Parts: sequence; structure tokens; C-alpha cells
Amino acid sequence: MYEALKELGELIAAELSDDVVSTKIALGELIVNIRTDSVDKVLEFLRNDPNCKFEVLCDVCGVDYPNRSKRFDVVYNLLSLRHNQRIIVKTETDARTPVPSVVGLFPAANWFEREAWDMYGIMFSGHPDLRRMLTDYGFEGHPLRKDFPLTGYVELRYSEDEKRVMYEPVNLTQEFRKFDFESPWEGTQYVLPGDEKAEGQG
Amino acid sequence: MAEVQIKNYTLNFGPQHPAAHGVLRMVMELDGEVVERIDPHIGLLHRGTEKLIEHKTYMQAMPYFDRLDYVAAMSQEHAFVLAAEKLLACEVPERAQYIRVLFSEISRILNHLMNVCAQAMDVGATTPMLWGFVERETLMEFYERASGARMHAAYFRVGGVHQDITEKLEEDIRAFIAHFPKVLEDIEALLTENRIFKQRNVDIGVVTDEEAMAWGFSGVMLRSTGLAWDLRKAQPYDVYAKMDFDIPVGLNGDCFDRYLMRMEEMRQSLKIMTQCLDQMKPGPVLSTDPKIAPPRRSDMKTSMEALINHFKHYTEGVRVPAGETYTAVEAPKGEFGVYLVSDGSNKPYRCKIRAPGFAHLQGMDFLTRGHMLADASAILGSLDIVFGEVDR
Repeated sequence: MYEALKELGELIAAELSDDVVSTKIALGELIVNIRTDSVDKVLEFLRNDPNCKFEVLCDVCGVDYPNRSKRFDVVYNLLSLRHNQRIIVKTETDARTPVPSVVGLFPAANWFEREAWDMYGIMFSGHPDLRRMLTDYGFEGHPLRKDFPLTGYVELRYSEDEKRVMYEPVNLTQEFRKFDFESPWEGTQYVLPGDEKAEGQG
Repeated sequence: MAEVQIKNYTLNFGPQHPAAHGVLRMVMELDGEVVERIDPHIGLLHRGTEKLIEHKTYMQAMPYFDRLDYVAAMSQEHAFVLAAEKLLACEVPERAQYIRVLFSEISRILNHLMNVCAQAMDVGATTPMLWGFVERETLMEFYERASGARMHAAYFRVGGVHQDITEKLEEDIRAFIAHFPKVLEDIEALLTENRIFKQRNVDIGVVTDEEAMAWGFSGVMLRSTGLAWDLRKAQPYDVYAKMDFDIPVGLNGDCFDRYLMRMEEMRQSLKIMTQCLDQMKPGPVLSTDPKIAPPRRSDMKTSMEALINHFKHYTEGVRVPAGETYTAVEAPKGEFGVYLVSDGSNKPYRCKIRAPGFAHLQGMDFLTRGHMLADASAILGSLDIVFGEVDR
């Protein structure tokens, strides 16, 4: 299995040398990093090439790394029924740069890309219908971004006076509590209270 | 006769409709009674599971998976624990693997019973639903006896399962296996040759293999087109490689084929369950590595180390090495995948849940196009949609 994946990775890197940034095999899975503007080209190759035949697009999703200049990863999980193989294709983008949509290649991408737009605000150019998918009509913001608070900004209630449901700014009777359970012996970054001088004594 | 102008009109279906299988809103564009276009509006049950998981430790995140597809809860847990185990590179005791496969198959029967009977109810037959739910109750009792909860089991853990099952439970599962084929026969007697059921399902919602692949279908939806693709065979996990079972495939890709396949899959599940019970040997059911699974309760009474480990597991949780994986299982509805990214801390950095129903519901538009309005509910029934997993 490892050999087959390695060969496949080398083949893809050789055939698409302008588009592929890097390939690696980790935990028995082939991960290919590609340039953002060649997403459609790479996926078309992966679908049509007789050695690849990745004809099923299982999933498209975003991942947020707020500290990077290109903060989002867009991850495509593809499956080849013919060769019984999986591949993870990744590309980086930011909130402004659109990623070429692959709806023309895989109709299944339609909702997945809408979801990525809804959750992260990743734009897809050429998508026929980039509406919100899972959040409420008229929702603002992109909830799965790391800088979006878990509690959200608004809450919903039924107003007896106005006879309708209405949004209000979220009002917490108690601050959201985030406990830090991480072991201080295993690589925490902060300085323990009372331990400020320990660094110099070393 | 004067020429009559018929205008297309739009119909709002749901979100509160008995045939919507939960909270689905569909905006249908109709030409007379023929469906021209369907735009499903989902997200009414969106609870932000993926966001919540990013704020929980791996053990705390696992019960969310019961609440996705609540009809077959343990299959979802299976995907998550397999993904986490892959990142941790940990061994799972053999007995735990058998128990997991056993309960995954129980989940499959739970799911297919619900779906077949609900599909029958969508086209007008109420009796199968009542008969099916008697058996579902028995199976949920098995859930309860293993885990303590009828639905939201939280039974599969990273490194095994939470508790061992008792001998009495094994006996009762065997008794169920002996008695259940009779129930299947009864349900089939009501449906398979039923004229109305056939009229409503044969040649309705036909999918070809190319369409199924392009739209990302999996599970019964994909196999109904004749493709023998099952992750339990193609990419076996746990002890599925040791199991002897057949994969039913369809010929026509219509709703009736999907019904027949689900009935046959239940029989195959019984076969797998019998093999699990036969091959299972006594032994540990949870990894004994203190870095992966919490200690047994009895050890905590005598060992200080065990007590410390227990405390660390239930506060800090397990630190998972940095990495990423896409792990999928053959859930009753299709390929249920978890794309898990770890940054080396005790919480998942990202956990994307790939629900089979999401892709299937997306195909609703092309499946219903050109069909009558009444067929829409039959097709929806055969897609096997549960909104917990579609909306997440």
C-alpha cells in the first residue's frame, strides 16, 4: 500500500510539476499540496488520468490557521473506486483570494463549497450558487473561524410582545469558562505564576 | 377549446412535514404535478458540532457523534475513535474490536429497520413501522445493557470500548439473531410483492453509476447502481477482514432496489454478528496503555498511579500527536468520514464530519426532476436522511 501511494505521489508530482507544491505520505495517507489557482486543473487530472481515477469527491472542507498570512487550508478528499485509494489534496488561501470551484467537475462539490463559504468565508470563483448553507437566513459572520467565539454574538428568543422570534446580542449570566487543563510539565508556553525568575537561574 | 396557460408555481415543503424525516425545508418548483426543480434548505438542526468539538478533549468530543445520526449512533462513534486511534497509533484489544463490529452491525439493523419501515410509511403502509419498532426496542435494550443508554451510548472509546459485555447479553443477542429473520419475512410479506408499494417505488428515483460517483453517493445509494463498493470489504477496519459476508448490489438503481438491498443487508448483519459472537474470546476491552485510555475502576481502588492517570484523563485528556487523517467507515447510510487535524494538544484542532446524508440530499434535485410530487416523498424516504448528521 505504501509503495503504491509513493508511486502515485511521484507520478502526480512529475505530471503536474508546475502546480504541485509538495507531496508527502503520513499515517498511510497521501497528502498533496497544490497552488490555489490550479485546483480545477489538478482535480481534473486526478479524475481522468487512468493511473489515478479519483472519481468520487468525498469531501471539501476548510481549516483555519489565523496566524498564517494565507489563513485557510481548503482540503479535498478524493476516493478512487477503481484503484481503491484515497488522496488528500490541500491548498492555501486567504479571505480575499477565491479558489476555483470544481462544481463543473464534481457536482457533489456544490454543497461542500457552499458549506466552506458559510463556515469560513472561503470564496469559490465560478460557483453557480454560493449561498449560505447551514446557518440561519441573514446570519452574519463565519462561525468556524478560530476568532469567532463559541458562544456567538447573537441569541434568538420569541418575543411575546411582538409575536415573532427576534435576535438579541448574546447575554451570558456567567462568563464562558475555558479551563486550562494542559499539563505544565509538558511544554506549556506561558510562565507559571511565581515561577517568573526560573528562566534566568537555569 | 380555449388554450389554457399553466404557470409554474413554487411549493414550500416542510420544515414541519411528516414525510420530511425531520426538519427539511424544500422549495419545489412544479409544473402542474411534475417537479421541475427542488432546492432543499437545510441547517434547521445545525448545532455547530464541529465548532464544539474544537473546544473539547477527545473523550468529551466523542459523545457528539451519537447525536449526529441518532438512528445508528455507534457507527458514527466508530469513525471518530478510529481516526483518533490512527493519530495516536495505538493498538486495540481484539475483544474490543469484535464488540465494536458487533455493535456496528446492531446499529446497521437499527438504521435499516427504521428506514425501510419509514419508507413504507411514506408511501402509505403503517403496519411495518409498528412491527419494526418492536425490534428496534429490543436492539436499543442491547445498547442500554452494554453502555447504559438506549440511544446516546458513548460506548466506543479511543483504545477500545468502555465496558465489557456480559455473557447473558451475548446469549440474548444470539436469541435475537435466531428470532429476527422471521420478523424480516413478515415485513417482506407485507411489502415486497405489495402492488401499491411496487407502484410507488419501482423505477422511481433511478441513479446510474456515473451519477452516483459524480454526486459523491456512497453506501446503499451507490451499490444500488450495481457497483459492489463497501468499505467493510474494500478498506476493512477492526475485524471486518475476518468476517465472511456478502454485499448485496442493485440492478436498476431505483427506490425498490434500495429497499430490497436494505432487507438483505440486515440478514448479512446477522451473519456478521453470529461470527463475532462465535470468535470472541475473553480479554481486555480497553487499551491498557495509561497514555491512551483511563484505568479500570477496580485498579483505581488499589493503585495510586491509576488514580493519577484517571484524574489526568478526565481533566486534561489525551495529548494526540500532531497530524491529520481522513478516516471513513461504512455507516448504515454510506461512507461516514472524519477528517481530523491535531496540533499536538489535548483538543482536536479541526474535526470535519463527512456525513453520507449530506451528499445524498444534494442529489435530491436531479433525482426528483421530472417525477410527480408524490414521488418526492418516496425518493426522500429511500435516500435515508437523518437531519442530525446532515445539519451537524
